[in-house]
Amino acid sequence: MYNPLPILQGMWITFKSAFEKPVTMQYPEERFELPPRFRGRHHLRRYDNGLEKCIGCALCAAACPADAIFVEASENTDEVRFSPGERYSSTYEINLLRCIFCGFCEDACPTQAIELGHDYELAYTNRADAIITREQLLDDVPADGKPTPQKVAPGAFSRSIPDMLNPD
Amino acid sequence: MILEWVLKSVVIILFGLTGFAYTTYYERRFLARIQVRIGPNRAGPWGLLQPVADGIKLIFKEELVPDNAYKLAFMLSPVITMVPAIVVMGVLPWGGTIEALNLDLSLANINVGILYILSVTSISVYGLVLAGWSSNNKYAMLGGLRSTAQMISYELSLGLAFLGPVIMAGSMNMFDIVKFQHAHPLTWAAVQFLGAVIFFIAMVAEINRAPFDMPEAEQELVAGYHTEYSGMKFALFFMGEYVKMVAVAAIFITLFWGGFAGPGVGINEISVFGWFTFDGDWLGPLYYFLKIFIVLGIMIWVRATLPRFRYDRLMAFGWKVLLPLALFNVFLVAVLTFYFFPAV
Repeated sequence: MYNPLPILQGMWITFKSAFEKPVTMQYPEERFELPPRFRGRHHLRRYDNGLEKCIGCALCAAACPADAIFVEASENTDEVRFSPGERYSSTYEINLLRCIFCGFCEDACPTQAIELGHDYELAYTNRADAIITREQLLDDVPADGKPTPQKVAPGAFSRSIPDMLNPD
Repeated sequence: MILEWVLKSVVIILFGLTGFAYTTYYERRFLARIQVRIGPNRAGPWGLLQPVADGIKLIFKEELVPDNAYKLAFMLSPVITMVPAIVVMGVLPWGGTIEALNLDLSLANINVGILYILSVTSISVYGLVLAGWSSNNKYAMLGGLRSTAQMISYELSLGLAFLGPVIMAGSMNMFDIVKFQHAHPLTWAAVQFLGAVIFFIAMVAEINRAPFDMPEAEQELVAGYHTEYSGMKFALFFMGEYVKMVAVAAIFITLFWGGFAGPGVGINEISVFGWFTFDGDWLGPLYYFLKIFIVLGIMIWVRATLPRFRYDRLMAFGWKVLLPLALFNVFLVAVLTFYFFPAV
């Protein structure tokens, strides 16, 4: 205990560490490079023509272990078409206070409509803002697509689930 | 003459207070770098306004006084802690005399400067123990008791370490001590080395800083004697702590590191490549400041390195190691002074 040598050794170590490059990330200016499979806030994807991928099947809500997702479906018509097939999600709400970001909704989705994106700055100032709606979740309309609801040729989008790329 | 004193006092108080503010900044930045972080760098350029921001925050904080506190002592103890720390800087010389202006770069040149320092610094322990007792809080009480015991124990070694320079310079006047060091820097360094180490350890213990921050051991005592304090009263304790840090650093360099002395000090006309000349004594405050800066840096560095002592070991170290060593140092300095300077 009264041997000063270990104290001096310790002082030398802290002295050296004072000249190392700080590991701090200056957050708002510098950001982490997120791994590609990072699970952030959800997105509802669209097809290239602008139709929504979500068909309102609520399998995501069924798969959700935290019961964070609420889906209400309505009927599509060829005059007023949101998504291919019979139905679309007229209400789609995710309660971010409940969501555990497990990604089961992604796995459950038959059309890969819901995906967990890279947004992680999800601050809100009241509980109501924690529930994000269909409008917030939907992606922007792609450049060569049209906004939903679309008026389409009769029978053009009769299948809810698109043809498989590799049907086996 | 009175105006001159007032001006010098204001300069010293300002130095003490801005010194406090920027010692916190210095500590936070340097500590951060040792821990491979950056430290506060948001408020103002390089975070230089951080102490201002902290001050504003503390001013607007609510001041709580516990119901069962002894109000008078509770209110007074931050002041008792704070004031001696600034007052002690009055006798420390921070420069020589500027002949052209007939200006002494120091406030008071009293012939018992060391006794003054010892007596004034001892007052501040009352602040801590009164704060601990008047808060009516067991943690504060224990913190106050610990700080009293610790400061009494280490003050002995500190006082004995003061003796070394006094014996060698043959004076209790801070100016004489500095002048003696200026005249014999190498002998001073050789003879006073042990004394300087003892003084450094004792002074770190005296101002309750890590690794001797027993009175406010967070893990055991919440915050020690200032547990019940908030707002500006807490800020005064905080301030007192850091001003004491600056003050003891200033005492340390005055006694063992030549104070304001340095190359060029004492020469009346220094010519800068023939462009202009200036009085070498103007360099005194600069050296003084730089040396304080370095000593503060060492104190922060020690804090960053060493964990807190256990309480019994702290006492054992103070009484069984440091005190005998300090006594031996007095003997050593006396013998060596007799050997090197038989005439003095």
